[in-house]
This record gives sequence, structure tokens and C-alpha cells, in this order.
Amino acid sequence: MAQVRVEEARQPFLRLEGIRKQFGSFTALRSIRLDVSRGEFVCFLGPSGCGKTTLLRIIAGLEAQTEGTILQGGRDISALPPAQRDYGIVFQSYALFPNLSVLDNVAYGLVNRRAERAAIAARVAELLKLVGLPEAGAKFPAQLSGGEQQRIALARALATSPGLLLLDEPLSALDAIVRVRLRQEIRSLQQRLGVTTIMVTHDQEEALTMADRIVVMNHGVIDQVGTPLEVYREPATPFVADFVGKVNMLAGTVEAPGRLRIGAHGFACTSCNASVGKSVRAYLRPEDIVARPIVEGDVNVINSRIEKIEFLGSYCLVRVAAEGLEGQPLTVYLSLNYLSEMALADGSPMKLRILAERMRVFEA
Amino acid sequence: MSAVLRQPASLRQRVHWTDRIAHLLLAAIAAALTAFLAGPLLAILAQSVEGKQGEFVALDNFFAYFGTPALADSLWNSVWTSVVVTAAVVPAAFTFAYALTRSCMPWKGAFRTVTLTPLLAPSLLAAISFIYWFGNQGVLKDWMHALGIEQIYGAPGIILSQLFSVFPHALMVLVTALSLADARLYEAADALGTSAVRKFFTITLPGAKYGIASAAMVSFTLVITDFGIPKVIGGNFNVLSTDVFKLVIGQQDFPKGAVVALFLLAPALLTFVVDRFVQKKQTSMLTARAVPYAPRPSRRRDTAMTAYCSVIVLLMLAVAGMALFASFVKFWPYDLSFSLRHYAFGIVDGEVNVAMKNSVVLALWTATAGTAIVFSGAYLMEKTRGADWLRAPVQLLALIPMAVPGLVLGLGYIFFFNAPQNPLNFLYHTMTILVVCTIVHFYTTGHLTAVTALKALDAEFESVSASLKVPFWKTFWRVTLPICTPALIDISRYFFINAMTTISAVVFIYSPDTRLVALTILNLDEAGEPGAAAAMAVLIALTSLIVCILYLGIGRLAERRTQSWRKTS
Repeated sequence: MAQVRVEEARQPFLRLEGIRKQFGSFTALRSIRLDVSRGEFVCFLGPSGCGKTTLLRIIAGLEAQTEGTILQGGRDISALPPAQRDYGIVFQSYALFPNLSVLDNVAYGLVNRRAERAAIAARVAELLKLVGLPEAGAKFPAQLSGGEQQRIALARALATSPGLLLLDEPLSALDAIVRVRLRQEIRSLQQRLGVTTIMVTHDQEEALTMADRIVVMNHGVIDQVGTPLEVYREPATPFVADFVGKVNMLAGTVEAPGRLRIGAHGFACTSCNASVGKSVRAYLRPEDIVARPIVEGDVNVINSRIEKIEFLGSYCLVRVAAEGLEGQPLTVYLSLNYLSEMALADGSPMKLRILAERMRVFEA
Repeated sequence: MSAVLRQPASLRQRVHWTDRIAHLLLAAIAAALTAFLAGPLLAILAQSVEGKQGEFVALDNFFAYFGTPALADSLWNSVWTSVVVTAAVVPAAFTFAYALTRSCMPWKGAFRTVTLTPLLAPSLLAAISFIYWFGNQGVLKDWMHALGIEQIYGAPGIILSQLFSVFPHALMVLVTALSLADARLYEAADALGTSAVRKFFTITLPGAKYGIASAAMVSFTLVITDFGIPKVIGGNFNVLSTDVFKLVIGQQDFPKGAVVALFLLAPALLTFVVDRFVQKKQTSMLTARAVPYAPRPSRRRDTAMTAYCSVIVLLMLAVAGMALFASFVKFWPYDLSFSLRHYAFGIVDGEVNVAMKNSVVLALWTATAGTAIVFSGAYLMEKTRGADWLRAPVQLLALIPMAVPGLVLGLGYIFFFNAPQNPLNFLYHTMTILVVCTIVHFYTTGHLTAVTALKALDAEFESVSASLKVPFWKTFWRVTLPICTPALIDISRYFFINAMTTISAVVFIYSPDTRLVALTILNLDEAGEPGAAAAMAVLIALTSLIVCILYLGIGRLAERRTQSWRKTS
């Protein structure tokens, strides 16, 4: 507990401590603790109703937490109204003022600071260039596409050079192609400006591609905080394993320390620390079950039969019935090339090797 | 982290000084509504349990009321005429609304416009007109006798006049209800080969049932609380509203007047509560994904609908036209030549020029101050944060006026402001109190219009402004107000027209110096000058019409100035 690590000596830019939010008898958030470093891009990821948006609104001061402390840049902002905090925010609806031109929208926060007119104009031009819409100034928001409106909202939020950028599901109202392009743009913009950013999203792909760290939330608590790879490879709870990415869930028991039994098969398993005899659930990603290379003498090789092939493009999601797994089906990714090369179809038998060291095991 | 078990007081966000200003303004609205709405209503309650000398008599006044057979008869008269009018006007208006929204009938705009004429003048215009048609010297008196109706004065006249004046109100509700249709339901029904009749009974009618209920409530309340029509054409047929007037103004029997007022308030309150409940259901009917219904031409239906609407419109024109015609006739029914005699008489002897000026002043103040107050109130309620303890009471106070008949409100104003110990007593008999009373009387409709307009705005505008450290009034001025200009104009027009035509509340609180043109109609009619009364009603309608046209112009202008962003290129 009292162990002080070197990097913790550096003050985090944003610190949340014991945040609780109560709506009547419903607890929306419970003992939230989180540190965000300067310049970091953090995603709050979780299903709807997990409290991620509430937490963002508490950081913005748009909701008041029932209990808990928020420090930003060393300043206690727990009880400050939104206008006395330092952040820019972009909402899912963009919330652009429809009756003001793009120029006036971006300048909205600048005008209030009694800056000189020429300085404001220069800053607005700079921001519009930054978000890649240098010519849009004279237009009204309704004349722009959804993606363009989102970028203007971003420019408006960044205009006053806030220390913290808050993004509330900024991409969910856009169509798929624009969404993919814009998430790269936002990420590279954030890296260029070095602005500490928190984004709320329910889209795991968005979180995995954009974030430095992901905060996975469920039922008002944080299940895991980690880099995208950590969250994906080493999920801390069954919920995280299930929510982020596709996963196979297999029921088994611990037969000896570090040994797991699933059906007729025994696996060596490093992440398994439940006591002997306990029933457990093992979580395994589809890509951790491989079809090749399998050579003579490999362990954890299972005979199986293809039940259903779901075509996804260059890869297919293949459901197989595996021998000795007590009827628990497995889902694996197989490339289209491999399937045609081996002439595999529904009903074809095939061998699969399970990368047991990738298994995450939780008590059932 | 220490594991001490305690329940800490929940954290309170500090209040920004700009938010404090919003809280102060909200408190001001709350105080005003308390003084000018809750106070008068409580005064009626207090008065109803007081004796003539101001002693507490519990429910004696109520027992005395039921002991007076004539008064109990009025209660019954009020109820049954209201039921008859409601039962007739709702189907009639429903068919008309159906024609407007679900058929491809021609001249929809013209039909709709004609049905709005009753709103331009006081409701008693219809009563005057029916007297000219069927009264003792009426043109069609013999037809009426042939139908077995002895005389128009009394229930027949009240019912006919109410049908005319309530029709546009019922129609408005039903048009709204019927225009909320999901085309996909009809497409699904067509795909299943459903007959037109079955579609009507399984989709159209159920979809509009809340609107029908709402229209029935509105009609019933309007009829039972109306004062002008029974006063003019009621004859010896007593109803609650005329009783209140007689008791209070005629006999100065305030306690009994208060009791009758409470009887008027009861059905209005009840229908109001039911209506709020119903409205909530209606809004949840349509999902965001609904596809608006567009009617397709159907020869038979469209012809039938055109015929039906033409009949209704002709009847309405006959009522309005008769008042217009009578106002220009020299000496009804003996000399029908054209003359401005009634206008001259009304303006000179009735001193309508003063009353007209007063009315316009009242309407202007109501339309400006009323709109400002109502819109600010709605804005503070919808778009500002904090001061939560104020919000529920203000919300309630903003909705109550719809449930309070004008007569009851006016009576409350007498009881409350006429009391010498009331510090606001100095307002009594002033123009200010007429303005205040009229604003309060029509507060709810304005409030709901403003709320609807405000709710259409992105809820995060205020959050964005706060994050950019822009105070709320700047966003109000630069964004909220310009976007809501059309709603503001609607509210203002509504206030103006109603201030011009209202009788029920102001009849109790005007003074000789502040008499209004709508009230002079009552006096002229009472003085046996129906021609002059008709002439004054026509003047009011004309003023309202001109004002409507002016508002239309203002609306166009404002649209060009503030709504250009709506046009996407």
C-alpha cells in the first residue's frame, strides 16, 4: 500500500478520488479512483448505463458528485461550477449554435474574453485550419455535413486552449466511414496539441484505436484501467473480457496448482490462481486458437469439426464443435485464403491448437 | 483510505454568481405568481368559509347554497348545456380536422382561416348574432318555431352560440392530434389488405383518442366557465357563471359568490388534471422514426369532406356575417338600409373611444410585458441550473392558470386586492391590475408555447457556454432568443388578441377609468342597444384582424432576420 513508485511522485494532471454519485436510491458511480497524466488520451469505455457519461459530466461540473474529490493541475475543483473549471467539451449532438456562423461559433468563447478583434480572427482562422476546414467560416452549421460539424465543435472547444478536452461520444452520430477517418484525425490532433483528453465511448474499437489508456466501466465502478493491449490481452474481470473484443468462454475446474481441466483436456495455465477443485471460467480470444502452424508433438491440439462459417471479408468467423469440450463450441478466426486452400466447409474436420498461455481464468 | 463508517453530507457545488442572478430572477417570477395567482385563489377559499361580517362559518355557505333551489338549478343547467355542446362540437370538429389533415380536399387554407374567426371577437358576438337570426325579431324565428323551439333566449341560444365559439378551440386540438400520424402503420395495413373503414377504426381513431379526450375537456371547460354568452342570450336560464356575477356585483354577497366560484373551479381543475395526464400519453405515441402521413386523393372522400366543410364554414360565416350586417343596419328589422348609426352611437354615447384606447393599451402591455415575463420564466425553468426548491412550485403555478376560469380569477382579484389590509391594495382599479390579471389569466398557454420552443433547442447549449465561460444571458441573447423569435411572436399575438376580447376576468376589476371595449358590449346590450353592441364586437374583430396581419408582417420580417440559418443550401 505505502509503496511509492517513481512515476507516482510526478503529480497526475487530473486526479479523481473516491467519487460517488447517487441519484435517489440508485448509485450511478461508486468509489471511482483515477489518475490521468498530462497529455494523455483516456477513454471511458462501457455499455450504456455504466456511469461513464455521468463521470465525464462530473469532471466537467455539469453534475455534482455526491462525494469525492477532483484535482486538476493540483487545484481542487470538486465544488467549482463549470464556468470556473478549465476544459473544453464536445457533445454527441455537437451543440453548435445553429443561428451563428461557423466563425461566430468558434469565436464564441474568445469574444467573451475581450480579446482584440484581429487577434480573435487570427485565432479562429488558425483553428479552422487545424481542423481542416479553413474555408467554412461563413457557413451556418446546417450547411455542413455531420463530420464537418463535429470538427467545428472540436475547434470551438479548443479555441480557448483549455487544459482538458472532454469528448462525450463525439463520433457515435456519424456514419461508419466518416467515423473511422475522424477518429484518426482527432487522435493526431490531440497528439500534436498535447492536450489531455478524456473521451466517453461505448464503441470498443474506437477506444482500442484511439486511447493511451482505457478505463473500462460497468455498473458504476471501474473494472480495469490499462493500455488497449493490456485491456485486450489481460482483461481484469470476466466483464472486460466479454465486453472488449470477441471471446470464447469455457467452463472448467482447477485440477492442480497451475493446471486447468476443461472436459477431457488438461491445460497448463499461468494466470490461474484459484484454489484446487474450484470451478472456473476460462476466457480465450478467437485468435488464440490457431489452425497453423501445428506440428507433430505440439500440445493442446484438439480435433474439431466446422459447424458454421460466418463470412466477414478477408477473415471468417468459424464456429467449431471440438472433441472433449463437453459440447462447448469454439469460435476461431480463419483467413479466407486458408479456408479455400484447405477446401474447408461446413462439416469439415480440422485440428486446432489452443494457446493456453493466453487463457484468462476467473472463478465461476 | 480510512474505513470509518459515516454518512457524509453530499457535496454541494459552489454557485457561480451568474447562476445566482438566474436564481434571483426565478424567485421574482415565483413571488409574482404567488402574489397574483395563489393569493387571489386562496382569498376565494377564505371567503367561502366566512360569514357576511367576516366570521368563520365553516361550510355553512355551502349548505346555504344547496338550500337555495334556484342556485342548485343553475349548477344542473351549467352541466347539461356543457355536456350537450361538448357532445356535438367534438364529432363536428373531428370530422373537420380529419378533412384538413387526412384528405386531399381543396381550399384547406381558406376553410381553416374561416374557422378561426370566432377567436377574433368576444364569445358573445355569437350570442348577439343568434338573437338577430332567431330572437324576438329574428329573421328565422318561424323556422325555429317550426322545430318546436319556443324561443332562442335560454338553453337553445346558449348551446348554439357556444358551438360557434368553442369550435376553433376543439378543432385546434384535434388537428394537432390527427397530424401526428405514422404513415408506416397505414402502409402495413394496406399491405394486409385492410378496408378503409377498418383502418379508420383500428388506426386513425385509436391514434387520436387522447386528442379527442383533450378536445372534450377543453370544450366542456370553456362552455361551463363562459360568461358573455349566457349573459347576453341566456334570458331567464341561469347558469353558474351568471350566478357569480349576480351574487357578487348585484347582491354584493361575496361568500356565496365565492362558493359558486369554487363550483366553477372544480370541473375546470378536474379536466385540467385529466388533460395533463392525457397529454403525457399523447407525446409518447410517436417515435423519432415515424414517417409522416401524407393523404392520397380519393374522389368520394374528398368530395364528401369538401361538402361537409363548406356547410360548416357557411354556417360560421352566417353567424359572423349576421353580426356584421346588423351593425350596419339603420333600424332592425324595419329599416334595413345602410347606416353607421350604431357605430356613431357606440362611439359617442358609449364613449367607446376611451374604452377602445384602454383596450389597446391593455393589449399592448399584455403582449409585451406578458411575453417577456412568460418567456423569461420558461427559460429560467428550462435552461438554468440550481435553486431546485423553487422549480416545482413555479412549474405548478405556471400551469394552474389554465385550470382557473376567468370569472374565478377576477373574483379572487376583488377579494384579494380590495382588502384594505393588503399592501398591494393600491393596485385596485388601476390599469396595472388589468394587465397583471390578463397576463396571469393567459399565462399557461404562453408558458407551454415557450417551453415547447425551448425544449426543441439542444440541451447542451448552456453546458457549452459554461465551459467557454460565457454567462447565460449572453447565450440567451445571442442564441436562445433569436432561435425562439417565431414562438415569441406567437405568444405575443395570443396575448394581444385575448386581451382585446376577454371579458370574464376583467369584468370584476375594471373601473370607470379603465373600462374596456369588450365590456361596453355587455353594457350596450343590457341597455337595449344590440345594434351598437354588434357594432362594437365588429370593431374588436376588426382590430384583432389588423393586429393579426401586423403580426404576420412582423413574423415575416423576423424570419428573414433571425431564421436565415434554417435554409440549408
